[in-house]
Amino acid sequence: MTIVRETLLPPAPPPRRAAGPVGWLRDNLFSGAGNTVTTLVILAGLALLLPPVFRFLVTDAVWRGDSGEVCRPEVAGHPVGACWAFIGAKINYLVYGSYPAAERWRPNLFFGLVALGTAWMLWLDAPRRGLGAVFVFLVGPLLSYGLLSGTPVLGLAPIATSLWGGILVTLVVSLVGIVASLPLGILLALGRRSDLPVLRYACIGFIEFWRGVPLITVLFMANVMLPLFLPGDLTVDRLVRPLVGIALFASAYMAEVVRGGLQAIPEGQGRAALALGLTRWQAMRLVILPQALKVVVPGIVNTLIGLFKDTTLVSIVGIADFIRVLEAARADPRWSAPTIPATAYAFAALFYLTFCFAMARYAAFIERRLAAGERGRA
Amino acid sequence: MRAAPPESGSGPGTRSTRALVLQALVALALAALAYAAFANASEKLARQGITAGFGFLARAAGFDISQRLIPYAAATSTYLDAFLVGLLNTLLVSGLAIGLATVIGFAVGIARLSPNWLARTLAATYVETLRNLPLLLQLLVWYVAVRVALPEAQHPAAWGGAYLSQRGLVLPRPDFQGAAWLVPVAFVAGLVGASIRARRAKRRIETGAEPGPVVGPALALVLGLPALAWIGLALAGHPVPVAWPSPGPFGPEGGLGVLPEFAALLLGLSTYTAAFIAEIVRAGLASVARGQGEAAAALGLSRAKTLRLVTIPQAMRVIVPPLTSQYLNITKNSSLAVLIGYPDLVHVFMGTVLNQTNQAVEVVAITMAVYLTLSLGLAALMNASNRRAAPMTR
Repeated sequence: MTIVRETLLPPAPPPRRAAGPVGWLRDNLFSGAGNTVTTLVILAGLALLLPPVFRFLVTDAVWRGDSGEVCRPEVAGHPVGACWAFIGAKINYLVYGSYPAAERWRPNLFFGLVALGTAWMLWLDAPRRGLGAVFVFLVGPLLSYGLLSGTPVLGLAPIATSLWGGILVTLVVSLVGIVASLPLGILLALGRRSDLPVLRYACIGFIEFWRGVPLITVLFMANVMLPLFLPGDLTVDRLVRPLVGIALFASAYMAEVVRGGLQAIPEGQGRAALALGLTRWQAMRLVILPQALKVVVPGIVNTLIGLFKDTTLVSIVGIADFIRVLEAARADPRWSAPTIPATAYAFAALFYLTFCFAMARYAAFIERRLAAGERGRA
Repeated sequence: MRAAPPESGSGPGTRSTRALVLQALVALALAALAYAAFANASEKLARQGITAGFGFLARAAGFDISQRLIPYAAATSTYLDAFLVGLLNTLLVSGLAIGLATVIGFAVGIARLSPNWLARTLAATYVETLRNLPLLLQLLVWYVAVRVALPEAQHPAAWGGAYLSQRGLVLPRPDFQGAAWLVPVAFVAGLVGASIRARRAKRRIETGAEPGPVVGPALALVLGLPALAWIGLALAGHPVPVAWPSPGPFGPEGGLGVLPEFAALLLGLSTYTAAFIAEIVRAGLASVARGQGEAAAALGLSRAKTLRLVTIPQAMRVIVPPLTSQYLNITKNSSLAVLIGYPDLVHVFMGTVLNQTNQAVEVVAITMAVYLTLSLGLAALMNASNRRAAPMTR
């Protein structure tokens, strides 16, 4: 083959490995002709691209104003970049939707509850994490429901879900998805590994069905078919329909993640537990599941990132989530200016990027910690 | 000493009896649930005066579809035709997005392992940004924000007969009727020739012979043969007729129009999925033992040749299974077309047809069956090819 050399190469000169910034530059950016060309091409591209982006986001941006007029170039007297005044004027609508202004302390308290539960779950050395799980999966959701939709007994006026909107709804949809899909997913994963054929095939069918169809079709189905399947004149709240769809959809994906964890646990663990006299249920609950769930924390967090991004799809079936209120705010004729769409999307991108990136970093951190634990054991 | 089997503790057969009873209960509960749902649905549908069944597919559709690969007219076509148009549109955009996402994904994935720090960082930024933004938001950016930046339809940008404006891209359309059918035939012949050449080269490598170049001749065959046919036809006095678009008063006219919805969906889907493919490619390349690349370098192979001949072929075993699930994701995610109005299966069938006919159960069932068939079919294909590739693992 021509790729095999027939003569010896002349000896290469010793590597010029200077320490410090110069050496780093030489190693990483200018280590050869091809490498140098790549560096120069990328630098040229960045020089073309970055200044306009910076001008758009910062120097040409309009920060203050109370109507779209200030963001028109002919009024502002200079090329206009992002119209941050628009975000400032609409921020309450983007966060709470049409939730009554006097009652906004309720969503605020809800955000606080969410922050508390999240911190309790994510901080691995937090005290009383068992209690935290009860809070996140049982007390928190009930409390939040009573708080947001109203409990007349406690003097909280009922507020129709059609008034909820924005980041509040995005958060509600994501949290319902998380809180419902985790236990359901664990049950499904256990069912899929059951010895009982009927149970196993029912679980396999359920999981593969939801994983095989796009989320939009699930949301459409929940919208038009859920009311059909229920008896009599029972109606389902418009917000609850996509929640059911999302919960079922997410639980199928969660089940596959958990199944991966169950498969990673050596069979000897279960046999040893049985040998110690534990029942099969005890062995599962006390020995196998805790280890399996620990292994799949990164996988669970990655599924949650996907779920969080997928909640945007509820805007297609008419739920006023963050994206939908953003589109509604954008259509306000008082705020019509050429750069309003780009401003709105830049803001949304910042929002989703912050949350998803933080979750991804957390998953990576857990992964490193687990890997370190494995090394320590070996 | 052998421990007694666990089930003998409470009499023989108890465990299996309990299992049977439990399974019977599960089956019964599922059947009851299905029956209740069915009974409720049929009662409500009867009250709304909707006849169940698939007869509605033969009724006239009466609505127009902006992009169709098969003949379709609002007045004469049926709901079944509308379904087929939507299905083909879904397959078209998914197929093209799969190709584009693979190319971008491999490029970015390889760049993430580049010796150049800037290339590495840029690729990592691409992956982290696009992966962490909802696809729906990215589609809005392509469809709304990017489109606003394009010239208006009355004053389109023109290059070499093609026009780009807010109303989409208009390309010259060659007409392969009459003698011009030779050009597509030459293209297919080029594809066949290239694959024969690749197969022969593989066999020669396996027997230790000199394989000769593959990529160059393959490109020459696939692109050169149709070009030759085109030029030959022109010289023979039967030039291929081309419909050139012209800038009309209200926007470009004639030619082959590419809808802005289609372009936005294609770009959004492929750049988004490319971020995931890049991570798969990176993990695959990282799974190949370091010594393989070092040995290739020691043999005097360039970095490009090392990648193409040594690292990537070995990485493919790790890359292909998750890659197919990304392809499936593209097909499923193409249903986000409904947001920007590209007439895909969900938009045409679950949207317009469902609204017009109110046959919710049938329409939802058909649409989901299509996606399920695609998913399970691809999964079965994957398993088969995995089994075939399995003995090769060392």
